[in-house]
Amino acid sequence: MTMTRIFVPRDAAAVACGADDVAAAIAASAKKNNVAVEIIRNGSRGMLWLEPLIEIEDAGVRYGFGPFEVSDADALISALAKSTAKNIKHKLAVGAVEQIPFFKSQTRLTFARCGITDPVSLADYKAHGGYKGLEKALKLKPAEICKQVKDSGLRGRGGAGFPTGIKWQTVHDTPMGQQKYIVCNADEGDSGTFADRMIMEGDPFVLIEGMTIAGLAVGATRGYIYLRSEYPHAQIALNQAIEAAKSAGYLGDKICGTKNAFHLEVRMGAGAYVCGEETSLLESLEGKRGLVRAKPPLPAHKGLFDQPTVINNVLSLAAVPFILSEGAKAYFDYGMGRSRGTMPIQLAGNLKQGGLYETAFGITLGELVDTIGGGTVTGKPVKAVQVGGPLGAYFPRQLFDTPFDYEAFTAKDGLIGHGGVVVFDETANMAKMARFAFEFCAVESCGKCTPCRIGAVRGRETVEKVMAGENVEANLLVVEDLCNTMKFGSLCALGGFTPYPVMSALTHFPKDFGRPAKKFAEAAE
Amino acid sequence: MSLYEPWSAERTRSIVAAHKDREGPLMEILHAAMHAFGHVPEDAVPVIAQELNLSRAEVHGVVTFYHDFRRELPGKHVLKLCRAEACQSMGCDALVEQAEKRLGVECGNTSADGRVTLEPIYCLGLCATAPSAMIDGKIVGRLTASKLDTILKDAGA
Repeated sequence: MTMTRIFVPRDAAAVACGADDVAAAIAASAKKNNVAVEIIRNGSRGMLWLEPLIEIEDAGVRYGFGPFEVSDADALISALAKSTAKNIKHKLAVGAVEQIPFFKSQTRLTFARCGITDPVSLADYKAHGGYKGLEKALKLKPAEICKQVKDSGLRGRGGAGFPTGIKWQTVHDTPMGQQKYIVCNADEGDSGTFADRMIMEGDPFVLIEGMTIAGLAVGATRGYIYLRSEYPHAQIALNQAIEAAKSAGYLGDKICGTKNAFHLEVRMGAGAYVCGEETSLLESLEGKRGLVRAKPPLPAHKGLFDQPTVINNVLSLAAVPFILSEGAKAYFDYGMGRSRGTMPIQLAGNLKQGGLYETAFGITLGELVDTIGGGTVTGKPVKAVQVGGPLGAYFPRQLFDTPFDYEAFTAKDGLIGHGGVVVFDETANMAKMARFAFEFCAVESCGKCTPCRIGAVRGRETVEKVMAGENVEANLLVVEDLCNTMKFGSLCALGGFTPYPVMSALTHFPKDFGRPAKKFAEAAE
Repeated sequence: MSLYEPWSAERTRSIVAAHKDREGPLMEILHAAMHAFGHVPEDAVPVIAQELNLSRAEVHGVVTFYHDFRRELPGKHVLKLCRAEACQSMGCDALVEQAEKRLGVECGNTSADGRVTLEPIYCLGLCATAPSAMIDGKIVGRLTASKLDTILKDAGA
């Protein structure tokens, strides 16, 4: 009797919706019904509105059922006992998973394996093209690896969009023979973002491979993944994968039997949002308060423990294996303008179909929200969309033609940041959201620079006065002035970008602040 | 029966010893202390400082900088409700209010009977299945008023 393979995601979003209990119920039901099944805990396919999305394999095709509950297990397994997955009629059946338009229309380069493989099986990773990038990198000189990454056009996916290859080259050019570090910024604190979490839980080897390649490129023998403490499931998956890579000789003193060493360790953050800022993160890794450092010196010259350090976001490093294995041009050919390759976009908040959508740069915000995301789950009209996390601007429907591209968003006084898109329906009060932006900045400020530390507190107080109808115009001028000071006077993006959500809310939704309609036309200019 | 060991200087020193030789060990040590004692008591600060050859001010600075490091024991259960933007778009504010009412304290405090500590959390990365919560380390997505009610009831509130 052949085993039927059933996939139940171990992704935190699926687990939060009951995937662990579902897996146990399926196993119990299979035993009871005498059906031979093998349960594989895969990553998520990214169609999070369907989670827990279980998949049953039938002649090489995987058929999905979701959102699955414990109480659905018996009916499904007894149907499976009499039929095959393809022919099961079930109220939660979504058909062949890879044919679902949300999935089919994507360009999955970074997330190619996520949801398909067993995330912590090295054999599975290699069977699906894993470690091909490292094999190629081992045959190249360090400078040639840097050149590949430069030629791919890859820019930092953490938000700043700095060319990854140039960062690597800078570290490469510091004298060899000294201790250098590869640090992965996995402090994905932005609300509305979860791509780092998904890849770390769903395909951790791709990050490990990317970091190993980075180590070869710049001559670094040690790496750290600085992971936020809110991601315990990612921690487990990463540590399992690191152990497997070590045992197979992909990490350690002699990578793949060569003389190159690379040691990798996961370190946990402790709930400080500002530690997503690279210099604050380095301080934290050193065991200090997460105070932002003034630049220069750049981390590339004096980073972790004052040594040359590459610090990259999870998605930047996870994009590298594809670039090495398929070539820089293959990556560069996707995208538009100076935004090359693909972006794993995260659709979240009040959306019918929220999830991870990896696609080439250039797709419009409107397509993402209305077509891919299917509009609001509450059925009410979309009022605002915040792109790029708590420090990103709120866009109204009038700006839905903006293409997903670093420069296009900058031109509209916004940012794509880490690619999070959070949708709000018409019940949202944008003055409240502006107040929250200041409040969040006040709570999370590291306190080193005055514009951020004081400005955020004063900003919150002043917006509260506006909300209470107190001297609205005069107080809004104070808000604008504070934003100006924070934007140009703060040491890092926390204080420097908090004005984005505040000013965009004020510009596009003046009514929520009690600003007369006349001002609206002027402000919207 | 407490979930945590009672604090002792000796146990603190053994935690430090286990991590001392790693690069930048302080965060790891504080995490381990949290795991063992449920908090980082004031008395632990000079012990850790001495073992690492740091000033008490430096260790105190780190303990107080990070939201995760508690200086007092939490309630028997810890309920964290996400208050970030994606969860706001799905109505988390009403859930926070519901929990505050039920527990009789504002978010950030422990109920008078010591059963539940209610805390805000800014993003669990479950933004497409919002609103989200974490109860005693277990994550919950698509939180509703009735699910929250069950969680609070199970916690004895």
